[in-house]
Amino acid sequence: MPIVDKETAIDCCLLAGRLMMEAGAETYRVEDTMARMAETQQLSATHSFVTPTGIIFSPGSPHHTKLIRIKDRTTDLEKVALVNDVSRKLSANEYTLEEAYAKLQEIQKANVMFPLWLQIIAAAVASGCFLILYNGLWTDVPAAIFAGGVGYVIVTKIHELTRVKFFAEFVGSLFIGLIGFTAVQTGLGVELDKIIIGSVMPLVPGLLITNAVRDLMAGHFMSGLSKGAEAFLTAFAIGAGVALVLSF
Amino acid sequence: MTWIVQAILSFLAATGFGIIFNAPRRMLFYCGFVGMTGWLVYSLFNGISGDPVQASFLGAFMVALVAHIFAKRFRTPMIIFSVAGIIPLVPGGMSYNAMRHIVEKDYLTAISFASGAFMVSGAIAMGLVFAEVMIQLIFRSGIGRKRGKKV
Repeated sequence: MPIVDKETAIDCCLLAGRLMMEAGAETYRVEDTMARMAETQQLSATHSFVTPTGIIFSPGSPHHTKLIRIKDRTTDLEKVALVNDVSRKLSANEYTLEEAYAKLQEIQKANVMFPLWLQIIAAAVASGCFLILYNGLWTDVPAAIFAGGVGYVIVTKIHELTRVKFFAEFVGSLFIGLIGFTAVQTGLGVELDKIIIGSVMPLVPGLLITNAVRDLMAGHFMSGLSKGAEAFLTAFAIGAGVALVLSF
Repeated sequence: MTWIVQAILSFLAATGFGIIFNAPRRMLFYCGFVGMTGWLVYSLFNGISGDPVQASFLGAFMVALVAHIFAKRFRTPMIIFSVAGIIPLVPGGMSYNAMRHIVEKDYLTAISFASGAFMVSGAIAMGLVFAEVMIQLIFRSGIGRKRGKKV
């Protein structure tokens, strides 16, 4: 087999790994997918070292070890599913290497996110539901829905503007606290605590916490700890924003 | 509160999180279903034992179990179903109370809430991993199956 082919295979593995990591997949799954894809391309003795900020992939001699940087991470489960699908079809010989690589590049460019308005509605509805699930009062539901929706918009928009996640979450939870506080003051809400807890839920780093622990238990201590640190920072930002309102 | 209301609300909440996390469109219903089963199990055991740690463990176990079944069935990564399902179990209330008492400089109460939140998070993680190990053991033992592809 010509050597060019192998280089494409290596790039293909790296791209798949990067896409999955950027979309928020678990580290062990990324490594597993990369190894599986490499195996189908007759690359044996591959080693990959995946962290949330970069992937090192060594395809074994005579190929060079490659490194790929992961800049920002979001949660995009559909992309995880799509890449997983490509890798499965490549293993099953349904796709040729070129087809798989083209497909991955397509996935990289595609924007498969739900429209923002739908995400906002989802966040708002989820906030209202959580309020009741945590034994809140039905009269507080409108306040929680409003605060949850506004909080989500603010976090998304500020994150787009500043690229500092910590700051975006801080401001978002600050506004949630303010809305809750205003609602209680004007008589539109009764229990401030429950309103805030419900509305803050869409910002909670649930995926990060689950993945961090999952990675730690699978022996990926580097990614586990760094994801844990990210989750802790997020939780701290949310807490600080709410605390600022409560301290008045 | 009736069980039906809880079921509907937890279903809606988990589906909402499916949308926020951009789960594939045709999987949204199943995301909601996983969230609903997890919450109902949690709620039921929390009512019986009154201990949120045990209830969270069982809830997370249930979430991971159902998520694995769906993952095998639809050949998609299990994470798609488990993430949205776990969210209702996250100890948001306890962490909030811990933080609130810190702000009020009532550190002793804050620590007891924070320990509770830590225990619940640990229990959720244990539940997830236990279910995963169990599923792997069952599938590895084979029951005459050909070694299925890991999905």
